[in-house]
Amino acid sequence: MSTRQHTATLPAWAFVPAALGAVFVLLPLVAMLSRVSWGDFWGLVTSESSRAAFALSMRTSVLSTLSCVVMGVPMALVLARTRFPGQGLLRSLVFLPLVLPPVVGGIALLYTFGRRGLLGESLEVLGLQIAFSTAAVVLAQTFVALPFLVISLEGALRTAGERYEVVAATLGARPSRVLFHVTLPLILPALGSGTVLAFARALGEFGATITFAGSLQGVTRTLPLEIYLQRESDPDAAVALSLVLVLVAVLVIGFSRRGRSML
Amino acid sequence: MSLRFVARIPERRFDVDLEVPAGQTLALLGPNGSGKSTLLAAAAGLLRPSDASISLDGRVLARVEGGSTRTWLPPHERQVGLLAQQPRLFPHLSALDNVAFGPRSRGTSRAAARRVAGEWLRRVDLADLGHRRPGQLSGGQAQRVAIARALAADPDLVLLDEPLAALDVDVTPALRQTLRTVLAGRTAVIATHDILDAVLLADAVAVIDGGRIVEHGPTREVLTRPRSPFGARIAGLNLVAGVADGDALRTTAGTVVHGRTAGERVTDGSPVVAIFRPSAVAVYLDAVPGSPRNVFDATVQTLEPYGDLVRVRADGLNADVTPAAVADLGLAPGTRVRLVVKAAEVEICPAAP
Repeated sequence: MSTRQHTATLPAWAFVPAALGAVFVLLPLVAMLSRVSWGDFWGLVTSESSRAAFALSMRTSVLSTLSCVVMGVPMALVLARTRFPGQGLLRSLVFLPLVLPPVVGGIALLYTFGRRGLLGESLEVLGLQIAFSTAAVVLAQTFVALPFLVISLEGALRTAGERYEVVAATLGARPSRVLFHVTLPLILPALGSGTVLAFARALGEFGATITFAGSLQGVTRTLPLEIYLQRESDPDAAVALSLVLVLVAVLVIGFSRRGRSML
Repeated sequence: MSLRFVARIPERRFDVDLEVPAGQTLALLGPNGSGKSTLLAAAAGLLRPSDASISLDGRVLARVEGGSTRTWLPPHERQVGLLAQQPRLFPHLSALDNVAFGPRSRGTSRAAARRVAGEWLRRVDLADLGHRRPGQLSGGQAQRVAIARALAADPDLVLLDEPLAALDVDVTPALRQTLRTVLAGRTAVIATHDILDAVLLADAVAVIDGGRIVEHGPTREVLTRPRSPFGARIAGLNLVAGVADGDALRTTAGTVVHGRTAGERVTDGSPVVAIFRPSAVAVYLDAVPGSPRNVFDATVQTLEPYGDLVRVRADGLNADVTPAAVADLGLAPGTRVRLVVKAAEVEICPAAP
């Protein structure tokens, strides 16, 4: 960052739309900052409902990120390292939540785990009610965040290639040992940034959550839901909580940048 | 551990039947795409032929008949080591931990595995560099670590796929010497296009072309009297065996051959071999101009066409001369000739064990 570089091949006019885009992204943040009532800030973000929402958001996001890692790493491995009929189609479908409106995801989850859903009735027999519970929040977040982790890991696995794994096998390492001592250490930076991305996506989840889990304080009302509700009744609280989420996002970007620079 | 290898892959026109006696090294020579790598991959378990019967000392590694698999040991259960052109050291582990990886995978304790690894690093002359990461090693050093790593796993069979091809010419002689030491007494197959690898490392040579073994025999025999076209192209080299005498070689008959020693130290009296190309040999009838250092008196046995040239065989040596020279000199079987080769054209190397 100490030296400035000017490239000779970039046309000068390209700076105009680029600057416009940067302003477009940054100006709303500035606008929001200008509306923060700093005097009440601490009181607003530590009110009972705020603390409940924050704690719920953290708890559910951590749980859903863990679920993403537990399922997403094997998914990425299977997609990157094996060939089977229909694999291309399966990959596209698995990445569907990336492009699907979250509210549609919420509807889909409702018809899977809801009372009259595909699995809901069987779950009810077992005494489990998922819809409109904290578990539903975790499911909704996992549903939307999983593809983020899988897509970044699959790319890293393909880039890393199989050469080191083949060497490890000829040295007598069983597949599990190859996975834990060669494959995973090699993609650790991608696993780090993929996990951070999944966490960020889970933390920001709104549409699927409100559709599938509802908005019950302390149970399913996460920070984004709280902000949306407060916007009507107490705009100052909404702005203050938004700033909290911005700070979390800045931290997340910092972490994932560090993860990438380790590559 | 003797290797018995039979495999067929019709879509690659690969059909090989080969045996390597216990403790011997086989050099696999052949042009690009001839099937060298396919053979190694099938033996290592990385590629499944449609028909195969591969065993090590009776232990069946693979038995596949008409596409249906009867026995198929995965690579990690074969005890077959593979050393490739690229060292492929695990970038996240130190040199020592790279070498310890094999013993660790076989259940050795961490301390014992590190001890074995340290011993192997010492054998490849890298005892001091165990703590380095692969990125901090030169190409030659990295390949030495890779050699140590492959052998520390104590494989029953070692496969080497052009192990010296990617290295600087300055470091290959020393590394070849290391390979010679560590491969001694082990069953090994080395795919190579470098004739020196065959001469210095192998007991036997198999020439593979178009997926088939076209020639197989003791190294000296194949390289001096090749019967296949590819064998003839790469071989037909002149090999003179003897013992080291300073920078030169002396045969049992007392003839002294001067040459280059390629930077390898050879103690006097140890077995060495002098290698030079037929095209480097000039043929005279009696008077030799100047004072060349290597002159061999010989009798012509055969003359045969060799591309645009004529290959003259005389008392075990080959010389390639133009048809015009054959006519001028009146060469024919029985002609007494003097074969002359410059010392700079002769390479003197330690002989295969």
